[in-house]
Amino acid sequence: MAARRPKSPEPVTMTVNGQAVTLDRPPMVRLLDVLREDLHLTGTKEGCGEGECGACTVLLDGEPVCSCLVPLAQARGCEVLTIEGVPADHPVKRAFVEEGAAQCGMCTPGMIMAALSLSARPSLDAVRTGLAGNLCRCTGYEAIYRAVLKAAAGHGGAT
Amino acid sequence: MRTALSRLTLHEPRTLASALKLMRSGGPSGPLVPIAGCTDVYVQLQFGALPASAYLDLSRLAPLRKIRMHGDVLVIGALATFADIIGSRLVRRALPMLVAASREIGGPQIQNRGTIGGNVANGSPAGDSLPVLAAAEATVVLANADGERRVPFSGFYTGYRKSVLKPDELIIAIEIPVVEGVQWFRKVGTRAAQAISKVVMAAVRSSHPRIALGSVAPTVVRLPRTEAALASGAGIAEAQGVLREEIQPIDDMRSTAAYRLQVSANLLEAFWEATA
Repeated sequence: MAARRPKSPEPVTMTVNGQAVTLDRPPMVRLLDVLREDLHLTGTKEGCGEGECGACTVLLDGEPVCSCLVPLAQARGCEVLTIEGVPADHPVKRAFVEEGAAQCGMCTPGMIMAALSLSARPSLDAVRTGLAGNLCRCTGYEAIYRAVLKAAAGHGGAT
Repeated sequence: MRTALSRLTLHEPRTLASALKLMRSGGPSGPLVPIAGCTDVYVQLQFGALPASAYLDLSRLAPLRKIRMHGDVLVIGALATFADIIGSRLVRRALPMLVAASREIGGPQIQNRGTIGGNVANGSPAGDSLPVLAAAEATVVLANADGERRVPFSGFYTGYRKSVLKPDELIIAIEIPVVEGVQWFRKVGTRAAQAISKVVMAAVRSSHPRIALGSVAPTVVRLPRTEAALASGAGIAEAQGVLREEIQPIDDMRSTAAYRLQVSANLLEAFWEATA
């Protein structure tokens, strides 16, 4: 006998950029779509939609994840940080501007979110590995690595 | 076309017992599909390749995420992520080739979410942790509402993406006995991160060498004849000859049979030299 249809799931409560939000949306919809379409946080981009490019990277309880691969239900009770939650004068954002680390801009929010999870004073190798899940088709990466290293050097850590 | 995600239902059990009960009952039109890190499932949903409408979320079953020693057996909970494995002192000590493999699975975003149980359940012939489990002679621990059973990893897969897993069963852990000898792992793909392997090898150097290859057959394979040749003292060229007879890789979108055969032979030599 088939299991009963699960009870209408409880609305999902999570914290997005420091604010508690409650959403009554189906449990399997993508966190990416909820951020963009329900919460109008369109800084998080959809690139490939299959976890290959990292454009949709957000921090889920402090860890970088592809929000295109996260069902809303799995964000229940979690803290989500998107690019909108990173202050405009944050050292990493400033360094991206100063180093010309953005061209078309599609990968930039995801790059910055991944960079935020690097340890303090990362080596170039650690930056490369930490950003290995984020693809950029414009810059050739060098300006991005320079920006992340500059932010870390100037402020005792990428974060 | 992408699956309409808003029409899918999801069970969210809090205990393994209730998860197993739900798995036994199944969904309205077939078995429930268990989900955890979703790094494979959401790719399939993106391509509309998963017909199921009812899913079961394992991610709240915290006890299944533990990595521990049981006597001298390393027990990795099915929900342990690749990031958990990379960070585990126990795995680094007992099974360093699994740490090496985990570092090359996807990128940080995928390592933070993808689980070892999911890699085994997905059963891709290119799954990067699978040659490690084959070379380590792991055991897969399965559970359903009736209880647990243990299946040797060598007997887990029955064909391309087919296994002995029953529709009501969950993979709950992977057990790894002591591995004697020097472990070695190498993945060959187009890029260090995010790329699916063209050939992937895990191997152990001891008096009875073990060699496992991914992406060269419908399932991960061990190479018993090549292993026997090396154990009997054959030179590397002779062993490479045996390997060339033992595997029949195919041409596909990621590589060619000829390339895979050559690279597999090269990897055998690289393994043998690195562990001499």
